[in-house]
Order: sequence, then structure tokens, then C-alpha cells
Amino acid sequence: MKTGFEFVLAGARLLARAAGTLWWAEAGLLCVSDLHLGKSERIARRGGTLLPPYETVDTLERLDTEIAALDPSVVICLGDSFDDLRAAELPESEALWLARLMAGRRWIWIAGNHDPGPVGLGGAYLAEWAEGPLVFRHIAVPGAGPGEVSGHYHPKARITAQGQSLSRPCFLIDGARMILPAFGTYTGGLVTTDPALEALMGPDAVAVLTGPRAICLPMPRVPPGPAISPANALRQRPGRRG
Amino acid sequence: MNSLPPPITDWFAARSWSLHPHQTEMLARAGEPALLLIAPTGGGKTLAGFLPTLAELASAPRPGLHTLYISPLKALAADIRRNLTAPIAEMGLPIRVEDRTGDTTTTQRKRQRADPPQILLTTPESLALLLSYEDAPRIFDGLQRVIVDEIHALAESKRGDQLMLGLARLATLAPGLRRVGLSATVEDPPALARFMASAPQPCAVLHADPGPDPDITMMRTTAPPPWSGGGGRYAIPDILDQVRAHQTTLIFHNTRAQAEIFFHDLWLQNTGDLPIGIHHGSLAREQRERVEAAMVAGVLRAIVCTGSLDLGIDWGNVDLVIQVGAPKNVKRLVQRIGRANHRYNAPSKAMLVPANRFEVVECIAALQAVQAHDLDGDPRGPGPLDVLCQHILATACAGPFDAGAFYAEVTRAGPYAALPRADFDACLEFCATGGYALRAYDRWRRLMQRGDGLWQLRDPRTSRMIRMNLGTIVDTEKLKVRMKGRGGTPLGEVEEAFAASLSQGDTFLMGGQVVRFDGLRELTVEVTRDPGREPKLAVFDGTKFATSTQLSDRILAILNSGDWSALPPATQGWLALQAEVSVMPQRNRLLVESFPYEGREHLCIWGFAGRNAQQTLGLLATKRMEERGLHPLGFVATDYAVLIWGLDAVLDAGPLLDAAGLREGLEGWLAGNAVMKRSFRTTAQIAGLIERNLPGQRKSGRQATFSTDILYDTLRRHDPGHLMLRITAEEAMRGLVDFGRIEEMLDRIGGRIDTRRLERIPPLAAPLFLEMGRVPVQGAGRERLLAEAAERLMVAAGLA
Repeated sequence: MKTGFEFVLAGARLLARAAGTLWWAEAGLLCVSDLHLGKSERIARRGGTLLPPYETVDTLERLDTEIAALDPSVVICLGDSFDDLRAAELPESEALWLARLMAGRRWIWIAGNHDPGPVGLGGAYLAEWAEGPLVFRHIAVPGAGPGEVSGHYHPKARITAQGQSLSRPCFLIDGARMILPAFGTYTGGLVTTDPALEALMGPDAVAVLTGPRAICLPMPRVPPGPAISPANALRQRPGRRG
Repeated sequence: MNSLPPPITDWFAARSWSLHPHQTEMLARAGEPALLLIAPTGGGKTLAGFLPTLAELASAPRPGLHTLYISPLKALAADIRRNLTAPIAEMGLPIRVEDRTGDTTTTQRKRQRADPPQILLTTPESLALLLSYEDAPRIFDGLQRVIVDEIHALAESKRGDQLMLGLARLATLAPGLRRVGLSATVEDPPALARFMASAPQPCAVLHADPGPDPDITMMRTTAPPPWSGGGGRYAIPDILDQVRAHQTTLIFHNTRAQAEIFFHDLWLQNTGDLPIGIHHGSLAREQRERVEAAMVAGVLRAIVCTGSLDLGIDWGNVDLVIQVGAPKNVKRLVQRIGRANHRYNAPSKAMLVPANRFEVVECIAALQAVQAHDLDGDPRGPGPLDVLCQHILATACAGPFDAGAFYAEVTRAGPYAALPRADFDACLEFCATGGYALRAYDRWRRLMQRGDGLWQLRDPRTSRMIRMNLGTIVDTEKLKVRMKGRGGTPLGEVEEAFAASLSQGDTFLMGGQVVRFDGLRELTVEVTRDPGREPKLAVFDGTKFATSTQLSDRILAILNSGDWSALPPATQGWLALQAEVSVMPQRNRLLVESFPYEGREHLCIWGFAGRNAQQTLGLLATKRMEERGLHPLGFVATDYAVLIWGLDAVLDAGPLLDAAGLREGLEGWLAGNAVMKRSFRTTAQIAGLIERNLPGQRKSGRQATFSTDILYDTLRRHDPGHLMLRITAEEAMRGLVDFGRIEEMLDRIGGRIDTRRLERIPPLAAPLFLEMGRVPVQGAGRERLLAEAAERLMVAAGLA
């Protein structure tokens, strides 16, 4: 059983894990993106519906499993770790849980568009972070040098196998950059055929599906030609992502 | 009220019209608190309902709302307004009649609230909205009568439950309110009376003369029906002959897609240029209205239609109903037949056209049932709690309420008469705090209890959101289709999933024409006409009804009768071949056929338990196959069988289908499957856990940025006792899961399961390969195929 897909980015040997995390064994570094902790509470606070308030616990559980399996010395949360800054005021039990995960290792919060300011939970709070040949930031910068690791877009791949359409969160990887899937439980996705992702990823890009096992395939793209793919236009919901 | 006042009697006399006996009786018993009239179509039901109102308002004119009329269709409300306005004007009565539906303008709505007409015609959804306003007590203060039209149709869905809660509310606001229900022929009138009564008081039932039996036959066709498929294309020449021989014909189909394809083919063969239209629920309103207007004007000779014409406007000149495809339910067939000849005391004329050779058997079974007056139908369950949750939120919008008094009011609604207080409290708690084991929303609760004990909205602004989400009709995501270009003609709607599968240049059928997909503009599918091309199939969300138990039993009896002389030769030959190659399915045994086809192993289980139960059987059987490492890949269910395909052959299906194992499997499995998730999505929307319409976001048509499946999984993992999961399970067991009919099947087969290993497709199973609605199994087999497919793609792309 493959737990991940191995590849090299800017000389760093990396593993895109089936659970949706990125593992850099040589540096002992684990990276996750878009946890969106506290999302249900934020929606309720703003007068929306009362969603099941368990997504933070659920996300922490899965993160705990990854950390327990890998024992990283560095954890990077790639932005949008909290659904907004007020959501970072976690209930005590969840704050303690996070503190336990953070104990004994370096922890870096990268700023995201949902959580643009420092959070009072310890760890370092940074706009971006360079480690060896890699640069970690929330939103990919067009034309960035090789070795960029980012999140924000919640990429998901829609593929057809045996006449069935199937959609799963995925990593996108090309020779220069990679984009992580969202790790948070209540997070939607943006299909890989979206113009934003099409424009960012090179022609050789692959998608690594998360799920029971990490499956690598060529990044599903809009077929060449003048047509606007309906799937693409349909999933394009400006302002509702990240 | 025994006699009619002069303006009305004069008007009748001037036309030499006299009242039917049941109309007179409705008038005589107008003072009764609740009255259910059961009359065949064309029996003048609507007039019977309105006469007491006209009589009362003619004798004692008064301003303010007197009578509320509720119909399941907007079109019906508009039609009744036209039909009432003219006579009222001719009689010179001081009565204003207005309709109020989703199509009514905002200005008109505001005016209606300030100055209600004497007669207001509306739908259950518009009534729910009216009741959610703070001024509802003032609007309904003097209300005397409420008339519920086509109540048999409303009682079949949650719209009926919502309406009965609304009537209970109305009865509180207007004590002394009298209610009248108008219904077509139903199998259990007392049950319908209990449904509409103000519990615990009874509701009297009044039966009109049912009229003569319908003249119903199988249509003789020149070509035999095909082996499989639907649509009845083979019968088009014969159908056109019948259209020519009659004044106006309604041609009913079971699904919208079939209606479209049939209409297209019909048009190609319609050399005599007979004016024929099409009408179904996916067409744009403008399109439907044009067809309805043409029909009323008597311009059309035939309409190809679906359930969208089951109810509604009376067209007196319809003299033939043709049902294409097997009727799944005898009661619905009888009601459809009633659409022909709306003249009382004349038999309705109808013809059945089976779409394929198996449906011949179904049609004959249905004919026998109609002749035997053997109507079918499942008993109604208790009022669903998701509807109650919505009602609680809507009531809170109107103003603060006392929980005890509100509970008492709710139990006066028929469907909720036996509602335990604990269930009511659970719903109230859900509306207030979400009802989670983890009390997270004390600060952000939706409802709060005030110092005086009354419940109210925490934030009054929430009411806007709640009102926008009222209603119990939950649609799949749909996209509008219109002709390309500025102000292009709207054609109708397609499911989002269908739209997503289209590429530029793809053609499909819409409103009877072949159109080419050009692209999407702001979530509208833009198309151009492309008559020259072969259409790609349009997959509309056609309602699929399960064949009733009674009909399934009749079909099994015909299959095993040994005498098929009533069947056409082609069908006889087919059944004989099945008997020779395999065996005939029987009522007291379960036939399972196992065979290879195109590199996959197949298993066909002939349970005859109805589509939903067969689907559940497919889910349970594939789960057990998965556990045994048999790599199932997917299945498709029909009313009679489930066809499973996978990587490994099953030589003995007994262990997969033993009763104890299935029951046990149900417990464990029920939670995690796609059917439950679908039920959850509906339930969560109705109960207000997720929102359909957010102010200012209507355009996108989709607000949930993550799927409800994730909510369902999260809830199940962290709060398995939650009310929403309980409602979902109850809902699914009754509806989509339909385990009751599996139990019934297990009873009759009594463990007698015969697995037949065959070398090729057995004759009866062949049509199953053409069924739509395949369900994938997300298991090890699929992961294996997915990995293989990815590998091939990588190699092909030169990336591996």
C-alpha cells in the first residue's frame, strides 16, 4: 500500500501523502495547508446556519495521526489555518490539543487570506518561509522561481474512470512548484481545469489524488481548442474559495 | 346553507345548468368543520368547493379574506382565478379573487397583505411564507373557509405535511375555520380524511358518483415492441393514426427524457403536420404556458407530456389518453386516464403502449388491476420531523411563541396527531442550538427563550434567510438553458451534472428540438438550434416511481401462469426463451443469475421488490461481496431486479442474501452509503441545517462550498445520536431504502435462493444493460481500476 507519491522539487525529495500532507523526510518537515479551523463557528457567529461543530476536532484528529506517524521536527501550516482571526480563539480543549501537537517541534504559521494576522497560539507567524531550495507561501506567485510550495486553491481533480465521474482533493506538481490540497474537514475544492490553476501549472503537471492511496495521473486539463469547458466554467465560483 | 342566493341561481338558470348531486350536498353541508370530497376528474370538484363561498359572500358581502384556496400547482391557481372571475363578474357579486404564488410580483404581494381579497388562491409554499410574516394574525383574522385542491397529490409528499401544519396554524389564527379537501379517486379515503382533519376531530368523507368504468385497451401496433429500451418509438405510426382519429390526445410518458426523445421522433414522422406540442417540468415556464394556451384554444391535436400534466387545468376536449411505457402504479394510471373526457358520466378512453416486451406484461397486469378496481398505494407514515423543524423556524419569524401551546397546535395537524412531546422538544432544540452533543452554539443560537418563557429569534435578521429557504421541494442543482445571443429564448433546465458532461458542439434534445451546446455564460447553458444532427441523450431528472407491490404480484402471476396467449407473439417467444435458457422468476423463490459479459462478471437478482428496495438490495449485496473480496464495481436497479457487475464470479448467491445477514448488514451499513447521503441532503435542507438560498447569492445556485456528504460523515463520526441522522434514517427506511419491501420479499422467498450459472446473458436480464442510474461501488475493485487507469494515463502522457 502506497502511503504517498515520491517526487523531487528543486532538488528536494518529497512525499505527497495520501492523507493530503507533504513530507520532506530529509528536513523532518511536515507541511499542511488550509486547515480552516473554526469554520462552523464563524458561520454561526455571522448569523448563518448551525453546522455540526466538529470539523476542528476532526481536522486535528487527522493532523494528529500524521504527526504521530512521522514525528516531524518542523510543521508548516501553509495559511488559512483558521477560518478567520476570531476563529483562532479555539475552545480550551482544542487549544490544548494543538499545544500538545506543537510541543517539542518548530511550528510555523504562514499567513493566509483568511488569517492575515498573528495568532496567540505560539509558534512562528510568517508571511512566507524559505527552507533549503523550497519557499513556503499561501498563494502561488506567477513566475516564482523553482521550489515554491503553496496552498489556497484547494485543488481537486475530476476524472472519469469506467464511465463514472469521480472527484478528489489533489496535489498539483510540476517542475517548478506544487500546490497542496486543503486539509480542513469543511473545505470545498476547485477543479484543476479552472483557469487559475491552468495558468499556474506547467504542461508537464501531475495531479496526485488523496484518498485511500495516493494516485498520480497527468493533471486533468481543459482540452485544447477554443471551447470553454463547461466543467471548468461551472466550478468557477469567484470569491468562494480559499 | 341549503339554497343558493338569486344572483347565482339566476346565472345557473340562464345557462340551463344544474348542480351535480355532490355539489348540492357540499352546499348543504357547508357548515361542517371538515369535509373531504372524492370525485372523478371532470366531476366539477372545484365548483363544489367554491359554491359555499360564493353563496355566503353573495348573501352577506364583506371585506377581508373569506376563503383560501390551495393548489399544488401555480398554473392551477392562475387558471381557477380566470375561471372564477368571469362568473363572479356576470353574477355581479362583490367578490375579489386573486392568486398569490412564486410568480406574483412584489408590489402585488405587498398590496395583498395590506388589503387581502375575499378569495385568495395560493400554493402550500406561498401559504407557509404568508404565515411567517408578523402580520399573519391580521391577514387571516376573519378567514372562514380553506379549500385544498388535489389533496390526494399533496398528501403524497412533504408538501402535504407542511400544508397541514399551516392549516393547524390557520385554525389558531381563525377559530371556526372550516376546511374542505378535493380529491381524485384514492385507495384509502378514511386515511386521507385523517390526514386533513383538525385532530382529534373527524373529517367527513363525501363520495361523488364515480361514473362509468374507463374504456382502456392495449394499443394494437403494426410493429412488435423492441427487446429493450423505453420510449415507444416503434409505435409512432399507430399513435399518429389514433391522434388523427381523435380530437385531442394526451400522450403520457414516465420520464422527461423519454418524452423529449419521443416527441423528436414523432415530429420526424409527422408528415401530415398535425399540430402537436410538448409539456414537461424541465421546460421553461414561457414554453409550458404557450403549450397550455394553445391547448385551451383547441389549436393542438396532441400533447406529449409527463407527470406535469397529471394535475391541473381541465381540458374538456381531450378525448384520448395514451400512456407510453408501463404505468408503475395503478392509482396514478386511473387518475391519468381521468384526464380524458372531462365530461361527467362519459367513460374516459385510454390506450396503453408498452415500450418493450417486458412492459407488455406490466401493461396487461395494470389493465387487469384497473378492471378489478384494485388501486394500490403505500400507507402514509407519520409527519416527518424535518418539515416540523422548518415550521418551527418559520413560526418564530412571525413572532414569539409558547412551546406548550405551539406543541398542542402542531398535534392538531393530522400527520402530527401522534407526535410525542419529546420529538417536538428535540426539533425545537435543533432549531435553537443545532442540538449537538457538544454545546457549541449557546452564544450563537438561532432561537432563544425570553424571560417570560416565550421563544423568539435571537437575531431578527435571520428571518430573511429562513423565509428564503421555506418549502419542502428539494431540487438537484439545475442550470437554465437558453438560445445564444442577447435575450435568447429560454428553453428550460438541465441538471448541473448533465451540463458538466457537455463539451462544445455536443447536441441534445430540449423542447423537442436538437440544440448544440455552445458554452456557459453566468451559469446559463447557451445553445443554438442544430436540426441536422443526431441528438446526444438528455438526462433529465425524471421521477422514477417504484412499481407497487400489487402490480409486481400480478406480473409474477402472469409470468408463471403458463398461459401467455394474451401476450403478443414476440413477448411470448422471449419468455419461452427465458424458461428454456434459465428459469422464470417466482413469487416464493429468489432467482439469481450469474454470467460473464464483456470481460466482467455479472449477477442478476430477481427480487421484484420495487426500484428502491432493489437498489437497497444492490447496496447490501455489493457490500457483502466487497467484504468477501469479490470486487464488485457497480450495480443498477429496476423494479424487478438488480444487476451487479464486478471482477469475480459469484457461484452461490445464498450467503450474500441470507435474511439474517441482510438485516445485520443493514444496521451497520445503512449509515455510510450514498442513498443515505442523498436523504440527508434533502432532510438537512428542509430542516434548515444548510441553506439553499442566500440573499444575493441566488445566481450561483450553490452555496455549500463543501458537500453535504462531508457534513453527514462528520456528524456520524462525532455525534451519531443527532436528530438529523435519526430523521435521515427514518426517511430513508421509508423512502429510498424501502427495507419494508425487502422484508416482504424475504418473507415470501423463505430462504429459497436459486443461483443459476449461465454462459451468457439470460433473456430477461438483457434490458438491464440499458438501464440508466448506475451506482458505483467505492471499494477495492474500483481503487484497483483507478490505479490502473492512472498508470495508463501516465504512460500515455510520457510522464512515467
